[in-house]
Amino acid sequence: MIEAHGLTKVYGDTTAVDGLDFQVKPGHVTGFLGPNGAGKSTTMRMILGLDLPTAGAVTVNGQRYQGKVWPLREVGALLDARAVHPGRSAYNHLHSLAAANGIARARVDAVLDEVGLTSVAGKRVGGFSLGMSQRLGIAGALLGDPAILMFDEPVNGLDPDGILWIRTLMRALAAEGRTVLVSSHLMSEMALTADHLLIIGRGRLLADTPLGELIARHSAERVDVRAADGPRLAGDLRDAGAEVTVEPDGTLRVTGLGSARIGEVAAAHRHVLHQLRDVTASLEEAYFRLTDESVTYRAPAPESVVGARA
Amino acid sequence: MTAAGLRLRATAGSEWIKFRSVRSVPAVLIATAIVVVVGGVLVAAGFRSGWSTMDAADRAAFDPTFQSLRGVELAQLFVGTLGVLTVTGEYTSGLIRTTFAATPQRAQVLVIKGLILGAVVWVLCTVASFVAFFAGQALLTAPARHASLGDPGVLRAVFGGGVYLLLIGLFGVAIGALLRRTTAGVAGLFVIVLVLPIAVALVPGDLGAQLNEYLPSTAGMEFWTVVPAGDHTLGAWPGLAVFVLYVVAAGVAALVLLRRRDV
Repeated sequence: MIEAHGLTKVYGDTTAVDGLDFQVKPGHVTGFLGPNGAGKSTTMRMILGLDLPTAGAVTVNGQRYQGKVWPLREVGALLDARAVHPGRSAYNHLHSLAAANGIARARVDAVLDEVGLTSVAGKRVGGFSLGMSQRLGIAGALLGDPAILMFDEPVNGLDPDGILWIRTLMRALAAEGRTVLVSSHLMSEMALTADHLLIIGRGRLLADTPLGELIARHSAERVDVRAADGPRLAGDLRDAGAEVTVEPDGTLRVTGLGSARIGEVAAAHRHVLHQLRDVTASLEEAYFRLTDESVTYRAPAPESVVGARA
Repeated sequence: MTAAGLRLRATAGSEWIKFRSVRSVPAVLIATAIVVVVGGVLVAAGFRSGWSTMDAADRAAFDPTFQSLRGVELAQLFVGTLGVLTVTGEYTSGLIRTTFAATPQRAQVLVIKGLILGAVVWVLCTVASFVAFFAGQALLTAPARHASLGDPGVLRAVFGGGVYLLLIGLFGVAIGALLRRTTAGVAGLFVIVLVLPIAVALVPGDLGAQLNEYLPSTAGMEFWTVVPAGDHTLGAWPGLAVFVLYVVAAGVAALVLLRRRDV
């Protein structure tokens, strides 16, 4: 269990993390989602006692991380896969970590095997691909067999095989009853991995919700209708209480009425329908809407992309 | 064993694995020992061949022990850089975060890094100093003067070579922890050890010489000198004390900041 209360981090004039309150519970994959620069990594560094909060506090199993004697046995973390000494072998890297927390040497072989790096254990990590480094970082996180695991953007730069492997691993870890916190800036990734979402933007908590609820809340948002006589149907639907916009191609975009009710109104006024379609807002759209005002760094969007999204 | 004792032993074990599992460390250490010995041999051979051209004053001021240890002056750059890199290498790669996540007792990590480097440097450089001393004295055949270990201050000076390099290594560790960047750390160390004495020498009159004797490297050098080099010298033990004070001050500053700063 990770608990944050009013967690705040200020760098100079910039508030990177702004009064976060959340709990990360065991048995779930919790997705920590937000645009780049939203404060995800800063929050993770504060959880690990690497950065000190300006205000508020965060505890792991009810205790500040800095006070722990053998932290790797409680918390395993992958922050940056490239944060290794390039001249050291994978085995020695893990061996030094194991020694630092009184973890049996046999665990080094076990985790190397688990991530599939046994054959390159004696090789210097400077020659590793990003995927191999990522696996080594995960091996380090698993070393102490901890009940809490944290991964910062673990699928960045991985090939599809590696992504699938990490996804499966995280779900398996949560299924074993562990607490798993995974950060990402990609909603599509989190939709496939996480059960619960913490969404942040500009350091503030925007949503703390089960994935299923987020989907339910944003589903069946509007109905697209095409009819033989669009303008007349639009008028009839407005009379029935709907809000209707007419697209250039003649499609009616209807909100405020469900598809069943629209069909009934159409029948009552003897319309010929060509299409009646529920349009579910994607999670991606829901996420865009939540974080729209909190994106820190954004290039001016090309017109065509804006059009496609609207 | 107490919990604190176990924690300390685990940190030491981890840092020792790190220290010995990178090829560059033994390479630099071997280079250091070679520089101490070869430097002493070359300087001694130079004095022997040039002895006939030296005047009486130069011959009287000649310090055969000190000259046979002159390789230490170059070796200090190797050891100091190694000390800086021991810390900054982890900062530049980001490994320091993994290290401090595994061992939140940051002060312990830094102190043990220093102790491991210091112990290895001390053993190796003490041996190298003795080899350089004996090789140098063997080359300083008559009429050139040579020293023997039994002469006053000589044994202390030969041990002094290893002690001085140990302290330079620790100085490097502290400066590396303060500045956290390899280039800044190495530059900082070189400025203190090499540039400051030259800069101070430019100060006119007696003041320059007075300031110089309190500089870290000049004061430390007293400890491997037998014949005082001028009027403004602190002497072996006060010189060592002044140098130790600098190293301790840098170390304390590094430890205080280490606790406060984000990594």
